[in-house]
Amino acid sequence: MSLETLRPSPAMQDFLPTEYKDLVEHGPYNNRNGKEHQTVKVTDMGKFKEVIEEHPMCAGCAMTLFIRLTYIGMPNPEHTIIVGTAGCGRLAISQASVPFIYGNYGDTNAVASGLKRGLEVRYPNQKKDVIVMAGDGGLIDIGFQGLMHSWFRHEKFTTIMLDNEVYGNTGGQESGMTNQGKVLKMAPRGKFGEKVDALGLAKVAGVDYIARLAPTNPSRVARTVRRAIMVAREVGSSYIQAYTSCNIEYSIPTPDVMKDAFEIEKERYGFEEIISPRAKEYLDEIEKKPKKKKSDK
Amino acid sequence: MANVVGAAVCRTAADEGKPADWVPGGERQKVVDPMKMFHELPREMQFITGSEAARESMRRANIDIAIAYPITPQSESMQQAGYLYDEGYIKEYYRAEEEIGTFSAISGASRAGVRSLTATSGPGLMRGMEAISSWPGARTPIIMLNMCRVINTPLAIQPDNIEMSFMLNTGILMLHAENQQDFYDFPLAAICASEQVDVTLPAVVSVDGFFCTHARGPVMITPEEYKLPPRDGWRSAVPAMDNENPPARISRDAPIQKSNFISYHMHSSWQQEVFAAVQRSAKYFHAYLGGLVEVVNPGAEDFIVASGCAVSQAREAVRQEGEAGRKVGLVKIKTIRPFPTEDIYEALKGAKRILVPEFNQAGWLHKELCSVLYGRTKGVIKDGPRVYGGMTMPTEMILETLAEFRKEVK
Repeated sequence: MSLETLRPSPAMQDFLPTEYKDLVEHGPYNNRNGKEHQTVKVTDMGKFKEVIEEHPMCAGCAMTLFIRLTYIGMPNPEHTIIVGTAGCGRLAISQASVPFIYGNYGDTNAVASGLKRGLEVRYPNQKKDVIVMAGDGGLIDIGFQGLMHSWFRHEKFTTIMLDNEVYGNTGGQESGMTNQGKVLKMAPRGKFGEKVDALGLAKVAGVDYIARLAPTNPSRVARTVRRAIMVAREVGSSYIQAYTSCNIEYSIPTPDVMKDAFEIEKERYGFEEIISPRAKEYLDEIEKKPKKKKSDK
Repeated sequence: MANVVGAAVCRTAADEGKPADWVPGGERQKVVDPMKMFHELPREMQFITGSEAARESMRRANIDIAIAYPITPQSESMQQAGYLYDEGYIKEYYRAEEEIGTFSAISGASRAGVRSLTATSGPGLMRGMEAISSWPGARTPIIMLNMCRVINTPLAIQPDNIEMSFMLNTGILMLHAENQQDFYDFPLAAICASEQVDVTLPAVVSVDGFFCTHARGPVMITPEEYKLPPRDGWRSAVPAMDNENPPARISRDAPIQKSNFISYHMHSSWQQEVFAAVQRSAKYFHAYLGGLVEVVNPGAEDFIVASGCAVSQAREAVRQEGEAGRKVGLVKIKTIRPFPTEDIYEALKGAKRILVPEFNQAGWLHKELCSVLYGRTKGVIKDGPRVYGGMTMPTEMILETLAEFRKEVK
């Protein structure tokens, strides 16, 4: 257990930074209430110390909201490692109190494959959750080969695509996930091809848990992230594709970012889960509510 | 739900298709102190290929994970790694998608704190170069075997060590094996040096493809029942990415792309530290290999300086010159990084003619030598003979070049 590995001396505890104490005492790092997983709730946001609080993302960025919710969804942030690549998301992800590997361009799913297997060798009795969180360009363009092969190999980690449908960090070029016809930089006459069907590819590759969503329902985001991580822990690969608009490159007025998320969700980004039979069996098992005994009444 | 069909990692004997009483090979071995392994354990001679020597080296190296991708002439070695995995000497193994995937994945494995091995050859190395060149800065101890092969057009599978020149300025520890024996000893030494706290760097052991990998030679090997101590993921210049730390921001590979003086300083000081760590590794190679160089006929006026297969050819040239009554010295360079500048300088102090034969077009070793000896030696440094594209280097070529050299420099 990581919180046991390096423990501050009791005499020093009072002198530790408030952020550290809050995270351990009231935040997701150790909010157990006697349970195996963290128990902080999305509805209590603002009342506890979050894994990520400060970040340099643009005002009104939907991606930032999604990333915050992702950290709340993690069942065991104290045993989680995030792998990312170049892109907007890493500006926030690297600010979190969860280790972050910022590798080379598009190498996320290969790095995560080696990392996860290495951790399984080194910690046979402690599950470590590995999560790739990268942009649409990082995964479906430059990282495509690594992404697909990690799925074909059924590598046991979660891939989360922060799909803002553009290369935001490099200044607004079209990506494989941009919609057909959209005029962006490097697509002066509108994007030629269709938006890549990443969900379909995941299905063909045999990914055990696939979900598509927009950050319109915070509790659902946290629950989906948790399900994806649990399936990756015990069953096989999992994939979440999240619509996280770029209000800068798509010229969405800051106050209208969530309005856009609701509209796009309704139009073409509705919540969808594709779960393999073995993943469903596992999720049913762990999500089964304990039956109330008659004597409890 | 552990060990679901199709899951990436299977652990039990039954899952691996072994009888219930199967004991992994690695668990039957005893850990031995590296110095004892290198200098004290009894050795037995085997007449084996370079690839087989690599296999025996891997068997004793206590490897946690090996990630493979085929390319000629490397493939045989990583197939052997697969058999070692099957026998339980290596704990985890898979064939990756291609070299960028292989070398990225091996860096992920090393970040987890486990001993990680991969191997490649010329074009594969070039394909994965972005990943490889990021290993030192990420401070990932990794052992890579490189069976040298032609790069560039026209495509060929032949031996030629041009690809080594592309690694010279990456911060990777580089060893160049002369023969099958070195290809057994060097990987073990490289692993131990690379995992030292004051080093924490990847290491590449190169060998000239086919000449060594596919040809047999005598190799003195230590008993199979002894292996190196395991990697200790906690003994490292930077923390392993295993989240066994108190909650804190740990971006070991932090993005520092902002344009400000802090980011400039962060990158430059980090790089300075990487190259300082390369120099600090020298003391370990001294201890493990008995020196960064081997000097034959010290004090000679004529010297040959070489690495890899060129050393063997030069040895024969030195012998034949000796028979003719002419004393010719030889400096074998074992470690290209750290480059043994002072050892070479000492050996060549009295040399009048210094010849550098190489198996590549660029003459990278000659250029290295010129740059470190500039202004420090009165000897003339001549490049040649140089062969590439798969050519052999007959001893006669070296002897003829030496004869010409003597005419040029009286």
